[in-house]
Amino acid sequence: MSGGPGIVVQRWSPLSIGAMSCLGALLVLLAFGPFYLGPYLTDRLTTLLIYVIMAAMWNALAGYGGLVSVGQQAFFGLGAYAAIRLSHAGLEAYLALILAPLLVGLVSVPLSTFALRLQGGEFAIGMWVFAELAHLLVNLDGLVQGETGTSLIALSAFAPDTRRALNYWLALAVMTVLVAAVFLLLRSRVGASIQAIRDNQEAAASVGVRVMATKCLIFVLAAVGCAAAGALTLATLISFQPKTYFSVQWTAYMIFMTLVGGLGTFEGPVLGAVIFFAIETFFGGSGVWYLVGLGACALLFSLFLPRGIWGALRDRFGIALMPVGYRLQFRPRAGKAAT
Amino acid sequence: MIWADQIVQGIFLGGYYALIACGLSFMFGVLRIINLAHGSIAVLSAYLVWMLADRWNVSPFLALVAIVPAMAAAGWLLQRTVLERSLRSGALTPLLSTFGLAVMLDNLLFEKFGADTRSLAPNIGDLAFNSWTVGGGVTIGQLALLTFGVALALLGGLQLFLNRTPLGRAIRATAEDADTAELVGIDSRRVYAAAAAIAIATVAIAGTFLGMRATFDPYTGPAQLIFAFEAIVIGGTGSLWGTLIGGIVLGVAQNLGSQVSPRGFLIAGHAVFFVVLAARFVLAGRDPRTLFGALRRAPI
Repeated sequence: MSGGPGIVVQRWSPLSIGAMSCLGALLVLLAFGPFYLGPYLTDRLTTLLIYVIMAAMWNALAGYGGLVSVGQQAFFGLGAYAAIRLSHAGLEAYLALILAPLLVGLVSVPLSTFALRLQGGEFAIGMWVFAELAHLLVNLDGLVQGETGTSLIALSAFAPDTRRALNYWLALAVMTVLVAAVFLLLRSRVGASIQAIRDNQEAAASVGVRVMATKCLIFVLAAVGCAAAGALTLATLISFQPKTYFSVQWTAYMIFMTLVGGLGTFEGPVLGAVIFFAIETFFGGSGVWYLVGLGACALLFSLFLPRGIWGALRDRFGIALMPVGYRLQFRPRAGKAAT
Repeated sequence: MIWADQIVQGIFLGGYYALIACGLSFMFGVLRIINLAHGSIAVLSAYLVWMLADRWNVSPFLALVAIVPAMAAAGWLLQRTVLERSLRSGALTPLLSTFGLAVMLDNLLFEKFGADTRSLAPNIGDLAFNSWTVGGGVTIGQLALLTFGVALALLGGLQLFLNRTPLGRAIRATAEDADTAELVGIDSRRVYAAAAAIAIATVAIAGTFLGMRATFDPYTGPAQLIFAFEAIVIGGTGSLWGTLIGGIVLGVAQNLGSQVSPRGFLIAGHAVFFVVLAARFVLAGRDPRTLFGALRRAPI
């Protein structure tokens, strides 16, 4: 692409091409994970993959779509619940886990026409109310037995090692597909549209951006992603207690990962998920203080480093490993990048 | 008749919801911030009052005399340290920072006070359970009536304060257009901080009534935030009085729901919230700005 005189508009840089190649290699390496990682690491990595999904989805919604939701646990819980329902209806367990998020995605379409008319904080708490209502309604289902909960019994038909490997591969596949979907979406026309809406909805509408359709797309994608994270969590835990799955804690984790990694940056949430995973591994046992720390970090990052760690690095060095924006390159000398 | 009693109790419950919604609505109207730590701050106040009442065996009402100014100061500080800074980096940042604050507060309360539920009811003697029988099976609790009266007084007082006092005028002017208000000599930073102090002071009162009428634990906050928010949106008539009506609708719906099924209390409350929301979308057509103009305009 070319810009004005003396300016080249680029998307890829040698750095990002290298990074994407490394990422491809890493994915191939990860795909063979269960063969060399051992049971403990396989389980832990599955958890990390689920965190990456959650962070990427919340970031797509809030960082790019400007839609801060405190109710994503609704989809997380519904994803797990739908999997249990589908399995109960006779579907094979893993098929149920794959179809459940898509089913939740279907439910989120009518919800979106409603929720997306709420603005800012109204949307944030409105989604929270929806999550509470979804929780209460799921509790009404006799199959769930209220807060006692139930299990995805069909999974116990698999040997523990088989199930562990299948969970891992499923998590890896879902993560890859969802992150790639966000990547491609952001690079497409939709990506420019959604960011224009985030920055100024009226102005975006005035230049012909289809506001509702674009927001709906990102909302449904985030719903499917969070539902997939819920279904995958069910696959690892097997048991389903509504209280656990519909807890606002999940959204708190998403917010923490996204804020620390970098809200509105593509690579940030992945970094945030890794940081959260490490913190959880080392401090998760310290109970309440760990949660106090998460809250404090979210508060401090939103105040002092609103673009997170990755955002600060990007602003300073102009690096983009997975480029979703464009760079202006001045011909005479290598210039600063702008995304 | 059980239904009549449930409706009356629902109306009084609505008084509590109006009380808890008051600070949230005020802060949104003036600062354009939905404070996600609202419920947690109410619970924090309840714990502070409980600490004073428990340690020195004083009445919660007396404890409020100390806690209201303390929470007002906390509100001032909250505005200066957190809200002002987050508002500068965009409209969405206050949501993130106040959510982080809520998570922090809830868990700090858990760390300090543990999982036990507390109540201020033992500290107010007969007031907690005395009631009058009106006839037709309807009873009116003294505390419920007091809560309703305080809600009325607080809403009315705030309305008068905004309409009649110099600071009230300054707050309205700043809420309307901070830059223009600055031109006529209003220090908008001070006005915002004063508004935040007033909002959090009302939260302290609401938290105390929460403690007197029910039990609370460190994680009671988010539910209070949700009830307060629902009351505002259901009422949504563009004034603090709308909040009272919203609270009453919510309270009545919940009490009627609880008659249908034990789980009906919360479900009916959330359901009525969504029904009102849907009705407003249909009535207001396609312009989303007029839908929540009510909330955005509250309390002015």
